[in-house]
This record gives sequence, structure tokens and C-alpha cells, in this order.
Amino acid sequence: MPATAFEVHDMTVAYHRRPVLWDIDFTLPEGKLVGIVGPNGAGKTTLIKAALGLVPLASGKVEIYGKSYAEQRHMVGYVPQRESVDWDFPVTVRDVVLMGTYGKLGWFRRPGRAEREVADRCLEQVGMTALANRQIRQLSGGQQQRVFLARALAQDAQVYFFDEPFSGVDAATEAAIVKLLQSLRASGKTVLLVHHDIQTVREYFDYVILLNMRLIACGPVDTTFTNENLQKTYGGRLTILDEAAEAMRQREPNR
Amino acid sequence: MLTGAATNVACALIGCFLVLRRMSMMGDALSHAVLPGLVVAFLISGSTGILPLFLGAAVVGLLTTFLTQSLHQYARVPSDASMGVVFTTMFAIGVVLVKKYVSGLHFDIACVYEGSLELVPFADTIAGLPRPLFTTLIVLIVNLAVLIVLWKEFKISSFDGNLATTMGFSSTAIHYLLMTLVAVTAVASFEAVGSILVVAMLIVPAATAHLLCDRLAVMVAISAGVGIAASILGYWAAYYFDTNIAGMMTVAVGVLYALAVLFSPRYGICSTLVRNFQMSLRVFREDLLAMLYRVEELDASKSLTATEARIALGSGWLARLAISNLIRAGGIGKEGDQLQLTVQGRSDARQLVRSHRLWETYLVEHLGMPLDHVHEPANRIEHFIDEKLRQELDAELEEKSQDPHGREIPE
Repeated sequence: MPATAFEVHDMTVAYHRRPVLWDIDFTLPEGKLVGIVGPNGAGKTTLIKAALGLVPLASGKVEIYGKSYAEQRHMVGYVPQRESVDWDFPVTVRDVVLMGTYGKLGWFRRPGRAEREVADRCLEQVGMTALANRQIRQLSGGQQQRVFLARALAQDAQVYFFDEPFSGVDAATEAAIVKLLQSLRASGKTVLLVHHDIQTVREYFDYVILLNMRLIACGPVDTTFTNENLQKTYGGRLTILDEAAEAMRQREPNR
Repeated sequence: MLTGAATNVACALIGCFLVLRRMSMMGDALSHAVLPGLVVAFLISGSTGILPLFLGAAVVGLLTTFLTQSLHQYARVPSDASMGVVFTTMFAIGVVLVKKYVSGLHFDIACVYEGSLELVPFADTIAGLPRPLFTTLIVLIVNLAVLIVLWKEFKISSFDGNLATTMGFSSTAIHYLLMTLVAVTAVASFEAVGSILVVAMLIVPAATAHLLCDRLAVMVAISAGVGIAASILGYWAAYYFDTNIAGMMTVAVGVLYALAVLFSPRYGICSTLVRNFQMSLRVFREDLLAMLYRVEELDASKSLTATEARIALGSGWLARLAISNLIRAGGIGKEGDQLQLTVQGRSDARQLVRSHRLWETYLVEHLGMPLDHVHEPANRIEHFIDEKLRQELDAELEEKSQDPHGREIPE
């Protein structure tokens, strides 16, 4: 029985009191590639952000290897959506990858030679060594994603969260990312990633989380990624949930 | 001048992070909002000592940042509007307090705007330095120290705030720290240089530096340099035109920014023009080469006259320039009025024509485009196809010897 890498317990997340995720509850064993799948607005990104403590939980808890996120942050790697940062920022490719090592360094300590070597090694793994000194605005979409990937590798985490790593990348980069994910899994890491393309779920993942404001199903792809469950996930929102959320939002200004 | 330079550098340093975090107007807003803090600090301590003023500024800086954030988050006011609401209110409260309790005293609203650098040499001294110079030096040292110690934290939280937060470097905490620095810097600079110069120096040197480089450390250094240059230029110009020093420094930094916009090597308007010009000239030259090659291909004895070639290229001075340019570069020779390809020119032209015809073939074979639609796209793209791409095209194609119009694809 492998250890439990990631556990979400009765988690509800709300923006301005309007719940966007309801009573999410699942556990994931370590060493799996896990796809988070669901329609637009299903709360996939929110699930990741809540797990990382970037948005507050209305209720419930999140545990990584049995402890809260705050205690385990050094075990966690995060790759946000590519559009979430300013690619005009005056840094080079190597600088960005080096940022992956900041978490382990902690406050005040500066990256030294050891960290720079880690960064160079990670750049090599994603095949970007030749572009190390480029300013990041000169990169293509696929190259930007590879830089983010290298930065995540530099974080040297046990559990990784990727937010749509395949959006806007070329086929070669997608294949390279998949290969890297598999090598992460081979070394016992757990990887969760928000994924949009249902066609490739079977090919890429071991586990799947089907999400549409609530948890539809979570489990091994073979048994969970069924037509019936997909129907439930994509077959329109549950209007009752929407109505209930709307009711909670409406209540607020009148208080 | 030293005071001006110290202020400018202090502002320029932290200004970089304001600009990169897209919060430039926070500098403007904060420098006004700290006024009530100053008044209250003055009323409580009964003096205009440095420490109470700094404390007042820091407290109000934090408070206004907090209010703006909360208003934005909980009252659902857009962030720019909440900034406007909080800062104007704070400034107004400050003005009212000044009028009510300290009228006629040290706080002079006009002085707040335009500053009184002229009077610095006559101010009372602390530790042998004029007071305004002393305070701005302290702020400069504080800003520099904070940036050096927390360099990596500022860098990552400005670039990717969410990642910084997940790593334990709360970007909120760093945001508040930065705002405190801005408030304290603004206050220290108030009496000497006035708020206009502060606001300008928080933004303009950083924006200038952003145009000129693509490394964060270099950007901060250039930003500081621009601050110093502006203070020297401004001081000199103010002396020359006999006008307000702070105002002139602000004008100077504006001029420096304009120069950067025009002449920045990578992003400037001039260099873009030059690059565009070089590109069009290259296209003209290559079109000419390819044209001469095609004429030769049809009938080896034929060639074009310079006039014919110019008209075929669409006349204009660029065509003329392209021809003389090619002759000088040894791509074509001119006998009388006839243009002839040289050996080098012919081999260059062959590669161009090869690119063109490979591309046409590719468009027809792989994209199924009709014959009469492939010449134009191929004509545009031939200038950008290099040897590597030619080989890839060659490998992809079934028909490698003839283009879709039945002409030979040269080796």
C-alpha cells in the first residue's frame, strides 16, 4: 500500500461567499500522474490554488503527506498558468529557473553556486540550455512552458501541481513534457495537472479527478474515466447547485 | 544638488519594483496620502523631528495600503477606483488637519508640490549635513539595504507572486514592505524636492531603464543612474534658466525618458525604423537576384538593363539603392547598362529560387492549395527560409525536381 501523497477532506471554497467548489473529498496515493478534468468554470484551477493555500478554504482541510500545507511547502512544486506572469519582466531564462530554488533557501539566503548548478541541470533536462541567457520575452509559447517546467524541477518537490501545462504549446513540447512527467513518476513523485483534452487522458494519466463544482469521481483511469462519469461531468451544471450558490450570494448584501 | 541626487536614487531604486508590479500610480497616490500621517505625527510629538515623521509616514502608508486592498477585496471596488477613493480622502484629511491645527507652521502646501531645493544650504544642520540631505541619505541607505538583503524575495514576488507565496515568501508581506518604503521615501523627500519630483522619480527612471535592458540588476542600476543624471542636468538647467530646481529635474528626467523611447537599441523607435529599413532593403536585393536568375533561366543570352530591373522592382529609391548596393557587394556586375549575375550572385539566387519553388510545391502537395495561389505566399516567405528548412522541405516532398508550374527546382 503506497503512502497517501495528497488528501482533500470535505473542502469547500467560495469567492465572495459564492461557493465554487462543494465538499470535495479524495485521497491520492504517491507516485501517480493525476489529471484534473472538467468543463470550463468547473473549479479546476481553484482546486489547485486552494490546495496551495492561495485561496482561503471556507471549510475542510488539505493535507500533503499527512500534514498541512504550511508545514510541507518544501515538498510542493507549482507551475501556474503561463499567462499568469509578465513575460516582459527583465529576467533571463536561467534567472527564472533559479527562482525554483528560492523556496528551499528560505528568507535572506542568496542562491550560490550549488543552486546555479541545479538550475543548469534542470534547463538541460528540458532541452533549453542553449537559450539560458535569453530574455524571457523572446521565447515561444512552448519554450516558455519548458522554462516553467525547469523551474518546477528546480523546486525538487514530492508533489507537483501543474495548471494547464499543455495550453498553447507545440506538439514537440507536449511530448517532451509528457516524457518528463513520466520520469517524475518513475522517481516516486506525485503529479496533479489540470488538463483540457479529454482525448489524451487515457494515454497520459494513471488517475483522474473528474470535477464540476463538486467531485464527480476520483480514481484510476481504467475504472473511473467511464462514459457514465464523463456524462455526469460534462452533462451540464447541476442547476440545484447553481441555484443554491446564487441564493448564498444574494443573501449577503441584505444582511 | 546632492540632496536631489540622493532623493532621485532612493526613489529610482524602489521605483523599479513599482513599475514592474504595474503599480506606478501607487507612488503618486501614497506620496499624497501620507500627509495626515505627518500632521498627526507632528501634533503628537510637537516637533518636526525626523523619527516621528518617518513613523507617521510608515503607519499611514501601511494603513492606506491596507484600506485600498480591503476596499478592493471586500467592497468589490475596482482596484484603481479604490486607490482613488482612499488616497484623495487621506490627502483631504491631511489638508483639513493642516488648516485646523498647524496653520502657518512648517507645512506649506505649495512647498509640498514644488519643493525648496534652493533653500537646502540654509537649512539647519544635523551631524554637519543640511537636514534635508541628512534625511534623504538615511532613506537612500535604508532602501539600498532592504533591496540588497531581500533582493531574491523582491524579484520572485514581483515576477510570480503566487509562486512566491506558495514558497513561503508572502507576496502580501512584501507588498506592504514596498509600500512602507515608498511612503517613507516620499516623506523624506517632501520638504526638499516636493511631491512632483518624488512621483516622477518613482516612475520615470525605472520606465526608462526598462526600455534599455533586460536584466533586473542592470535595470535597477540604470534606473539609479538616470536619477543621478536627471539631478545633475536639472540642477544645471535650473541655474542656467534661473528657475525651480525640482521642476527642472523633473523635466530633465522626462527628456531622458523621451530619448530612451527614441533611441533604445532594442525597443526604441529609431532602431525599429532602422531594422525595418534593413529588412526591406534585403527583400529588394533578393527579389532582384531571383529576378535576374529567372531571366537567365529562360534564355541564357538575355539580361536586364538597370532601368528595366528598377521598374520591375517597383521603382522608388529603395529599388535604386538595392541595385547599387548589390553591385557594390559583388552580387551582380554591370556592363554598360546591362546587369549580369556574378558567380556568387548566381549561387545566392539559386538558393532563393529553390526556397521559392520548394515552398510552392509544399503548399500544393501538403496543403492542397490551388496553383494560382501559391506564388504570392512563396514570394513572401522565400526570404526567411534557411538551409535547414530547405532540407526539411526537401525531405517532406515527393516531387523534388519540379515545382507545380513545371519549372525545375534548382539544386
